Amino acid sequence: MKRILLSLVMMTLLLTSGCVSQASAAPPPSYDTGVNPDSWVTVPAGEFLMGEHNDPTLISYDYQIMVTDVTNAQYAKYLNEALAAEAVKIETVDNQLGVFGYYPGDVFHGGRHEVRITVGDKLLVPLNNTDLRLVYDESTNTFSVKAGYENHPMTVVTWFGAKAYCDFYGYRLPTEAEWEKAARGPAVPAWEKSTPGTDERSYPWGDEIKRNNANYYDSRDPFEKVAGKQGDTTPVGFYNGRTYDGYQTLDSPSPYGLYDMAGNVWQWTGNVYEGTAERYLRGGSMREPDFMLRVYSRNSVRPDYYSPSFGFRCVRDVLQ
Amino acid sequence: MDQPVTSNRLVFLFRSTKGLVLVGIALVAIVAAIWGTLSGPLAELGVSGVTIRVLGMKLAPLQREGRIVILYHSIAMAAVAILVYFITSFVEMKKQERATINTVATVGYLCSLIFGLAFAYFGFNFVFHGLFLFGMSLMYFTGLMLAAAVCPWRKDYRDSAGHLDIERTALFVVVVTTLISALFGAVTGSLSGNGFQTFLAENVIRVNGKPWLQLAIIGHLHIMLALFGAGVLLVVSRWLKFKGSAWHKWAMPMVIIGATILSIGVWMVVPFEEIAHWIIYVGSAILLLGGLFLLIFTWRKLIRERVAELGIKKAGFWRSLGALLHDPLKFGATWQMLFMNFVTTFIGLFMAVELTKVIRMYPADLERIELVGHWHTLAVLMATIILFIYVDAIGIKGRIRQWFGWLVIVGSDMAFGAIAIYELEHLWVAESAQQPLVNVLMLLADVGLGLVLACLGALLVWRLVDLFKRKGRWTKELAEAASAGEVSR
Repeated sequence: MKRILLSLVMMTLLLTSGCVSQASAAPPPSYDTGVNPDSWVTVPAGEFLMGEHNDPTLISYDYQIMVTDVTNAQYAKYLNEALAAEAVKIETVDNQLGVFGYYPGDVFHGGRHEVRITVGDKLLVPLNNTDLRLVYDESTNTFSVKAGYENHPMTVVTWFGAKAYCDFYGYRLPTEAEWEKAARGPAVPAWEKSTPGTDERSYPWGDEIKRNNANYYDSRDPFEKVAGKQGDTTPVGFYNGRTYDGYQTLDSPSPYGLYDMAGNVWQWTGNVYEGTAERYLRGGSMREPDFMLRVYSRNSVRPDYYSPSFGFRCVRDVLQ
Repeated sequence: MDQPVTSNRLVFLFRSTKGLVLVGIALVAIVAAIWGTLSGPLAELGVSGVTIRVLGMKLAPLQREGRIVILYHSIAMAAVAILVYFITSFVEMKKQERATINTVATVGYLCSLIFGLAFAYFGFNFVFHGLFLFGMSLMYFTGLMLAAAVCPWRKDYRDSAGHLDIERTALFVVVVTTLISALFGAVTGSLSGNGFQTFLAENVIRVNGKPWLQLAIIGHLHIMLALFGAGVLLVVSRWLKFKGSAWHKWAMPMVIIGATILSIGVWMVVPFEEIAHWIIYVGSAILLLGGLFLLIFTWRKLIRERVAELGIKKAGFWRSLGALLHDPLKFGATWQMLFMNFVTTFIGLFMAVELTKVIRMYPADLERIELVGHWHTLAVLMATIILFIYVDAIGIKGRIRQWFGWLVIVGSDMAFGAIAIYELEHLWVAESAQQPLVNVLMLLADVGLGLVLACLGALLVWRLVDLFKRKGRWTKELAEAASAGEVSR
């Protein structure tokens, strides 16, 4: 009995001794996916089926959405431009060193469990977080990206940080409806349906998920070899049918050609709902089981939260 | 015992309490074994694909929530039937009532289990759905008959002074509140054809302004599990001969008042959600006190009886502890009741108290893990208690009793202790640093649950082999059932 106890204690100590952030690990394998993160697609006006119960929903205008999540390189570029333009500032508030930017606040409705989001400077990106893939050089007041993570999605960014990026360039965060339509495609009347399941699909590419469709929990992508089953981000557009070091991916775009609309990182959306401060995220992430990657799955949290599995992409209006 | 051997076996399995419980446990175990491969570690190993292919399951991702709702109901009906068998066995009632209740419960849960799973997992044949609902309706009818059978106002069951039997009253209250609470799910569910749509409560936890139909369903699932727990408490109370003690006089009113207040609180969730929670807290606390009194009584009794058996006049702490732990089944049943407070009740209280300041600082998907873990833990710990009652009832003694009892206790507690930590790990460990801890916790959970399932499997294989013997244990149990009047000779 003593031996068993001793073995259990030793095993626990051995396994927990590895409790360090993956950020301290060596640079990740570098892969060029060939997908341009600066590209956009147009989603035409029209009806689509929204949510778990396929509610017919109309979006009456065309809009454009980014083909991929915003990358670390894009966000570093934004921060450098925004710092130069004095649109953001670096400061320490409540012992939190970070990039801060102005937010006009939410209207408080006194909803159940609603917290106040007041006017003022809000944390966009924490700088003392080891999971952040950006590096801030105080001497030059510039940001760069940790080697190997340039084309990975920008993470450890709050909702304020995601919104600030989009606002800076005249874009905006997608509404939940815009996001979901871009992920699952238009509603196709049964008599016109050429691709079965186009209008009721659960994943951006169809109704079935395989491990090499997307980055999710235990999907066994090359990055899980280092980070474990909970994984690490994959470069944007990774699941495009290419082979990386012998790892064959399946081409998994949405009907409009967007990548990473399921898995990799949860994506902030722009809705501010009455009676709650929660902001909603879509798409599932590298840490979620496959069913959480369904196009109608939702996650939510307060806008000041940041996570290594949260990212975003932007939409913009189509000029008429 | 003149009947042919095969029909004797059927009489044993479908008429005697021990046989009926055995069939119920076996079916739940089979469902758990097969459906358990669809998620968790076995799914990660690729076993889910084999299960789906071999059995020809049809699992459209869009229907996951609906499938799971039916799976929960299918298993729940079997568990309720097992509880009903114990109640009809332990509680005095007319032979005909016992036989009718058991028969209707058996047909009811078999219908809902078999056809519910057939509908949800093997293509949507709506005949199967109808039979699933028919089975659930029979289970409701079982409840009505049980309420009539245990009604404390019946003259036969009052004492000589005409007073009500307090334990019978407690059971009656639990059965009636369960029947009313079932309506909250049944009525709401029956509206599905009119546009009400399937959902899992954990997925809408943070949605503001839930429609009243959703609130009714959320109330229903909580109260059904809580009242099932109260039912288990009363069965354990009978099993451990709680009646007659001073603790019993205090505990039973607690169960009556607690179950009533708790149920009223849950029924009020639809119109008065805010205040309903406070009523629920009061009801739960009173009901838990009833459980605590049973625990105190049992532990004192276990110590007293064992010390007397050993001929010790005055036992110190260690000898008393040894005496307490001597019978893992009787100790285990009450220990699991206590343990479930550590891994569910206290965590639930913490979550409620610190909801705004702590829990809602983190994303909804993490709260979802806590909620799902919370009620899976409650359900399985209650199942282990039922298992202990059954193993004691079939007269397992000696080393096998010790090994079985302790392996189930250690296995389940290790698993659910690990799961409780897993549910809350994000409060202390950064997201990207969790993997090593998750590895350890998952290992402990898998090994623990594996131990429990191995014990259950061994028990069932042994009983299966026994059924093939002409003079197996089942013949003895059948004879006992005959002398108890459960089956006719």
